[in-house]
Amino acid sequence: MLTILLDGIAYGMLLFILAVGLCVTLGLMNFINLAHGTFAMAGGYLTITLMQKAGVPFLWCLPAAFIFAAVLGLVLERTLYRHLYDKTHLDQVLFSIGLVFISIAMVDYAYGANQQIVNLPDYLTGRFSFLGASIGVYRVFVIAICGLLVVSLQLVLTMTRFGSRLRAAVDDGRVARGMGIDVTRIFAVTFAVGSGLAGLGGALGTGIISFDPTFPLKYMIYFLIVISVGGTTTITGPFLAAILLGVADVAGKYYVPAVGGFIIYTIMVVVLIVRPQGLFARAAAK
Amino acid sequence: MSAITPSTEAIRARAVLLGRSRWGVAEIIFWVLAFACYWLFPTKLSLLSEIAILGLVALSVDLVLGYAGIVTLGQGAFFGIGAYAAGLAAKHGMGTSLWSDPVIGLFIGGGVAAVIGFATSFLVLRGSDMTRLMVTLGVALIVDEVVNQMKWLTGGSDGLQGVLPSAVLGIWEFDLFGRVAFVYSMVVLFVLFVIARALVKSPFGLSLQAIKGNMLRTRAIGMPVNARLVAVYTVAAFYAGVAGALAAQTTQFASPDYVAFHRSADAMLMLVFGGAGHLYGGLLGSIIFRTMQDVLGNITPQYWQFWLGVTLVALVLFVRGGILGLLGNMLAAWRRKGGAS
Repeated sequence: MLTILLDGIAYGMLLFILAVGLCVTLGLMNFINLAHGTFAMAGGYLTITLMQKAGVPFLWCLPAAFIFAAVLGLVLERTLYRHLYDKTHLDQVLFSIGLVFISIAMVDYAYGANQQIVNLPDYLTGRFSFLGASIGVYRVFVIAICGLLVVSLQLVLTMTRFGSRLRAAVDDGRVARGMGIDVTRIFAVTFAVGSGLAGLGGALGTGIISFDPTFPLKYMIYFLIVISVGGTTTITGPFLAAILLGVADVAGKYYVPAVGGFIIYTIMVVVLIVRPQGLFARAAAK
Repeated sequence: MSAITPSTEAIRARAVLLGRSRWGVAEIIFWVLAFACYWLFPTKLSLLSEIAILGLVALSVDLVLGYAGIVTLGQGAFFGIGAYAAGLAAKHGMGTSLWSDPVIGLFIGGGVAAVIGFATSFLVLRGSDMTRLMVTLGVALIVDEVVNQMKWLTGGSDGLQGVLPSAVLGIWEFDLFGRVAFVYSMVVLFVLFVIARALVKSPFGLSLQAIKGNMLRTRAIGMPVNARLVAVYTVAAFYAGVAGALAAQTTQFASPDYVAFHRSADAMLMLVFGGAGHLYGGLLGSIIFRTMQDVLGNITPQYWQFWLGVTLVALVLFVRGGILGLLGNMLAAWRRKGGAS
């Protein structure tokens, strides 16, 4: 019971780290980016490559994955994405699905369609018992890192100058620009950080979820659920939604495997209909 | 007297509406060529009937997206529902009774899809593009799960085996070379196309375009916006269901692949390839899409996916309105040039 709960929380935290970048692009920049999983996949595959081919220790792979995905995000944002900010949502959907297809084909070409498995270092693979439940060290590790990230994200967003500029840029881009805030640059940095976090999530995820080239498509729906259930106006909303989703998914697969993803999808549709602004969000101001 | 004789405005409006629905030469050539494929590519008939079916799905997306402006990623669900409904009818009809008659199967497939389309249409009335996208996607995923889990009915991931439709109208048996399948699919496509054409050229179709243009203003001039959207969504679900029924009958098989996400995505991509809001866009798009897939996919499957992605990105960045949009722009530019000289 406790094992499942903890596994679920670790999974949910991972989902949150993977999805939080999307929360920014979608909620803050109003851009439907279905290719968000691509950045996570980039981080995941970079970790796999570094560990298997170059023998880089796992812990060094994490920052490497963050930087790699962030740079990738920055380059794509500057070259492609920025042309699409003022296009219709349909164009954005098509464009990002196109990116997903390209990335799937490239990864498939380079690594093959097989699932990739990473051998975690010994000090992360063990299990220990706590209150009678057997708990994986790696789960605790994931929870610790993700928890740290959530707290720091929240602090950056609410306490720093950059955070307040970002919120200003989101609330009203034109006015913010008029006040001398470099909105373009703030969006670019935010996009890069969001992609980097996805990459980091991908790297962390190598120990929990198996990677194959269809990852961006498979997990796209999970990201979207996190965003739609959590709402995009805060960070805590998606965070709670991700934890809920993680626990529900793990528990659901454990107790009622026959139902599969049915419950999650139904919840998503119902939430979208009843509370389009998200379950945890306050009513949208606009 | 003036109450009986129509005013000049009414006459003009009538002329405009009728003029819109006149068949052009290009359209007639298109359909003649399409049917002539029977003699032009006698070895590729099964691929051609598949294109016709895909074209029908793209047509149904066009009704929803191109005319009413509802972004949908869930049309594959109706395709799959139609396929399973018709497939089950044919399977349990045992090849003899009325249930396994293909034409009745079309109505079964389309009808069941339309009922579910009607029921879920109320979900897409609210919210932004993003909400609609996610709701349609969510409905498609739920259908996918249901098909996968109800093994006793659908055969689960093994697919629905033993779909044996009887002869079309009791005369033409499905043959190995796909001749009957091709003609049958083409005739169904053509009939449904003519109906769709009449539909979108009618005042009803105009009102859909008005809704797409500006929902708020359309509501303000007294148009029952929600009713119109429900109607077109249901019709489109019927179309996709018929396409699914056709697919199940011509391939004698239905599998969870028919309800998978990529079906919905492909249908939308085909439409966007060709150009939304012209009816012909989806048909052209399905021809190009499936031919490209056939050629590139034969080299390696990854090639196809890669180039599909590149095409999509390029389409969004450089070409507005798909191939038909491109042709239209070229034609306009050519006319301008001709007029100036």
